[in-house]
Amino acid sequence: MAGLELLSDQGYRVDGRRAGELRKIQARMGVFAQADGSAYIEQGNTKALAVVYGPHEIRGSRARALPDRALVNCQYSSATFSTGERKRRRHGDRKSCEMGLQLRQTFEAAILTQLHPRSQIDIYVQVLQADGGTYAACVNAATLAVLDAGIPMRDFVCACSAGFVDGTALADLSHVEEAAGGPQLALALLPASGQIALLEMDARLHEDHLERVLEAAAQAARDVHTLLDRVVRQHVREASILLGD
Amino acid sequence: MAMEMRLPVARKPLSERLGRDTKKHLVVPGDTITTDTGFMRGHGTYMGEEKLIASVAGSVERVNKLICVKALKTRYIGEVGDIVVGRITEVQQKRWKVETNSRLDSVLLLSSMNLPGGELRRRSAEDELAMRDFLQEGDLISAEVQAVFSDGAVSLHTRSLKYGKTRPWQDVDLSCPARTRHGFAPSSTHLLTYPEAHISQLGQGVLVQVSPSLVKRQKTHFHDLPCGASVILGNNGFIWIYPTPEHKEEEAGGFIANLEPVSLADREVISRLRNCIISLVTQRMMLYDTSILYCYEASLPHQIKDILKPEIMEEIVMETRQRLLEQEG
Repeated sequence: MAGLELLSDQGYRVDGRRAGELRKIQARMGVFAQADGSAYIEQGNTKALAVVYGPHEIRGSRARALPDRALVNCQYSSATFSTGERKRRRHGDRKSCEMGLQLRQTFEAAILTQLHPRSQIDIYVQVLQADGGTYAACVNAATLAVLDAGIPMRDFVCACSAGFVDGTALADLSHVEEAAGGPQLALALLPASGQIALLEMDARLHEDHLERVLEAAAQAARDVHTLLDRVVRQHVREASILLGD
Repeated sequence: MAMEMRLPVARKPLSERLGRDTKKHLVVPGDTITTDTGFMRGHGTYMGEEKLIASVAGSVERVNKLICVKALKTRYIGEVGDIVVGRITEVQQKRWKVETNSRLDSVLLLSSMNLPGGELRRRSAEDELAMRDFLQEGDLISAEVQAVFSDGAVSLHTRSLKYGKTRPWQDVDLSCPARTRHGFAPSSTHLLTYPEAHISQLGQGVLVQVSPSLVKRQKTHFHDLPCGASVILGNNGFIWIYPTPEHKEEEAGGFIANLEPVSLADREVISRLRNCIISLVTQRMMLYDTSILYCYEASLPHQIKDILKPEIMEEIVMETRQRLLEQEG
């Protein structure tokens, strides 16, 4: 795509955002009555749905049970209509497995698994529309779903992606920006303590720039936290009012 | 065939319409509840760097020096004396594993199952072998919580329940060779009395699964509603609605009665009750016999299938709420 300017001279990106600006986020908790916890999030045009079951008895092989903590099982799936070209993905393909593993690492760091020994927590995430930042949207949706299920967590887990173009760090990349081939970083953060749950990048970036990109991603994740915090408080407040005192 | 279509419509959240606010202290995970170290920490909190931090999203409850955060909904946490409705998932050596919407499956020991006739004797090897004849995987039972293990798993028993009381199996013919799925082999006499173990096994009815936090704790959880159905409000959130049996004495031995087709009028009552319970739960109202009954009465002008439509659901529950407030105040 020659001639496509990811960052114009005035500092505007392809969709009109500034370098550090996030896309519009809308989220809702408790979308499924039959699951223990569920949530839906829209980050710009990226839409993800997360469902949580648990903690419950380990199904299948009893040998997998951990005697001192809960087993976290994450599965990621992408709808056939989520990308521009309709693509049917097999269930156990590499990208799904990798995403599932990354989500599992992220949530094992945040969920207080010692409180639920010998049980299992299932987190299922599905991407309905992929427009860049799918890992971030999955993590944010899963956080809300885990909160909806009442599973104790250390803190929110907020994630955002970041890139680097023309000496400027961009936050919350869309599909166009990701496809342009520059370095992209995905960061999952526990905002209150500033601890990093997962940091992933598979591109080449000069060491001098890493600090800036990391800072842009961290700031974006904190902004996401502000939004998610508001959503959760609203949800809790409404439920509390309905339940009465 | 008529088909109904609805378009999305922006609706005001119900809490606004109620027009009141909550006085509780609401927290989300990561929030600092207090920096005072004099407090003991309860459920839903953890200690981090000299501060007490919330780990679930809910309301803070303080009892003297104990602070805990009550989450909006959790899995069932067993307490001794609760009535639960559960489904058998496994038949193990001397016990059954029962799924009760809790963190770990509950346990029903063979020794906790009633032996009718008031027999108090050790369970023999034959009893163990015949376990599957009494309760198989997939059966629904009602039981009471006897004990809670240290890891949170719950042990159930079916003694001293209305359904577990020993009643003599009157018309039994020892020489009868009949063997049905619930039947018994007349090879040894004491097996004969086991069919009564089925007393706690539930017959025909409808199961509704709700959040355990919405079931109000009451003195009794077995209710015979005047509209013509009975309901068991399990503390674990499983609610069983079934037609009121006509003759109470026959219930104990009434396997045949259990499988008789239920009349249309009874089915309609049960369906309506089920929809009412779902609408109460969607609007987050506590479930107990009075609220279910008022909701049922408020729903009578509507058709059963209309009760689940959002506008009608709100209307019915609003009316129920008002009636309950009037009754209290």
